[in-house]
Amino acid sequence: MVALLMHAAEQGLVYGIAALGVFISYRILRFPDLTVDGSFVTGAAIASSLVVLQGLDPVVALAVAFAVGSLAGVLTGLLNTRLGITDLLAGVLSMIMLYSINLRIMGRPNISLLRAETITRSITALFAPLGSAAVLVFLAGIVLFIKLVLDFFFKTEVGLALRATGDNEAMITAQGVNTKTMKVAGLALSNGLVALSGGLVAHYSGFADVGMGIGTIVTGLAAVILGGSLIRSRRVGWMTASVLLGSLIYRIAVMFALRYGYVIGFQASDLKLVTSLLVIVALVVPALRDRFVRRPKPC
Amino acid sequence: MLTLEGVRQVFRSGQDLVVALAGIDLVLDRGDFLTVIGSNGAGKTTLLHVIAGNLIPTSGRVLIDGEDVTATPAHRRARRIGRIVQDPLSGTAPTMTIAENLALASKRSKRSLAVALTRRRRREFAEVLRPLGMGLERRLDDPAFLLSGGERQALTVTMATLARPDILLLDEHTAALDPANARRIGELTEAFVERTGLTTLMVTHNMEQAIALGNRLVMMHKGRIVLELGGEKKRSTKVPELVSLFSHRHIADDELLLETAP
Ligand SMILES: Nc1ncnc2c1ncn2[C@@H]1O[C@H](COP(=O)(O)OP(=O)(O)OP(=O)(O)O)[C@@H](O)[C@H]1O
Ligand SMILES: [Mg+2]
Repeated sequence: MVALLMHAAEQGLVYGIAALGVFISYRILRFPDLTVDGSFVTGAAIASSLVVLQGLDPVVALAVAFAVGSLAGVLTGLLNTRLGITDLLAGVLSMIMLYSINLRIMGRPNISLLRAETITRSITALFAPLGSAAVLVFLAGIVLFIKLVLDFFFKTEVGLALRATGDNEAMITAQGVNTKTMKVAGLALSNGLVALSGGLVAHYSGFADVGMGIGTIVTGLAAVILGGSLIRSRRVGWMTASVLLGSLIYRIAVMFALRYGYVIGFQASDLKLVTSLLVIVALVVPALRDRFVRRPKPC
Repeated sequence: MLTLEGVRQVFRSGQDLVVALAGIDLVLDRGDFLTVIGSNGAGKTTLLHVIAGNLIPTSGRVLIDGEDVTATPAHRRARRIGRIVQDPLSGTAPTMTIAENLALASKRSKRSLAVALTRRRRREFAEVLRPLGMGLERRLDDPAFLLSGGERQALTVTMATLARPDILLLDEHTAALDPANARRIGELTEAFVERTGLTTLMVTHNMEQAIALGNRLVMMHKGRIVLELGGEKKRSTKVPELVSLFSHRHIADDELLLETAP
């Protein structure tokens, strides 16, 4: 049981990085970005092919994964802001393009990392005294670092302008900010994080597969919404914390569902259906509540 | 300071063409305070959009200090142009705090990766909010959406003062407020304009206000400036006089249209 919980916590942390990415596009920019389903795989594809095929250091491979993921975000941002394609469609187009690109990067539909020098392996070796907790501690460290960097960024002048871009675009334009640039930058950051998450997932689970990104947007949203309903603060530090908490709880719930769900006939393949249904409920309930209970609207 | 030359703005709405601005010529000197009146649909808001850069006119030119800015995007004019509109919701970022909104507005140079809200900045912001007498200085960390319309508009005016623009555009910015708040925001704006001597263009439907404030007045109708008053003439004009001029011009203009129509 402890091993299972640890495993769920590790997953909550790695996928939590992708959830932070979704948080940036969906909550901060109010841009429903479907690119993530593709950029997650791009991250995994790069992080694994660079290690397996090119023999690169895993840390370098993950850094490249982040960078290329950012480019995917830039692509979506440009499609939307420069070519005037709607946000949803821009994301879908990028996602589909990335499918082909990801296959090109990997050269085949999946790559096994079982015999490769993955980040998880180097960490286990490096922090041997920690035993089986090494990976968990390492992941917690990375995730905490990313969270703190984001918290800081969103308090800087540029970070404030980015938040205002999602909040009141006309107003921040009148303050001299080019909101097109802001959107492109925000999507780059978001997809960079998603790709990093994909790369870590590949290293952690020992394989990359071209289909592994399906539903990244939905699980990300699940974490963002779940966390947001538990911690209702508008302070950035609390919001990023809530996303990570949401991701952890989601992964623990999934673990229980997979382990004990058979009692009610639940199969692993039902996961995406159930998650999507949960997201639908989470999106609809506040809307219904707003309809029946008058209260100050945040936006 | 600000020059408009033959500015025309034509919108396509369905099959029809709407001429919102039918050739506007206007020169504002530094420190001029122009009030703009005119019936609904006269083109007042469109005029401000063209000046701010939200619209690129169909033809004509906009110059600021002799520089042609007709096609300069809004965000690049923003440093020089402050703008407050009727809807209190539009001037602030709702989920961001009062202090964060002020920080957004007080930045004139390029935005960097420096922390936006230092303790010193917060103290400064509290000081600029205190004279409003609304207690906003104690609510620096409240998100803007919690504020009432009057409080929000006061915050928006304060943000404009921090940004220290050269030109201030006001579009019925007190129209959505109750009389007491409208007066307060009006006084606040006046004090601000007087203190800084910036060039101001104010749209209002309140004739009294249009006469009382500023040194020049124009009346717009169907995309044209149909009357201009300045200096002594403006000060001595009474509201009933203006109202009769207003209706006169309407008729005169309509006749003109009839005459020239094919
Ligand atoms: N984006 C647009 N598309 C089509 N027509 C427009 C657009 N914006 C304004 N118009 C039209 O241009 C004309 C001038 O509108 P404008 O908003 O400038 O009037 P206004 O003088 O500000 O009126 P009000 O006193 O009601 O605020 C109106 O006939 C309006 O319908
Ligand atoms: Mg108007």
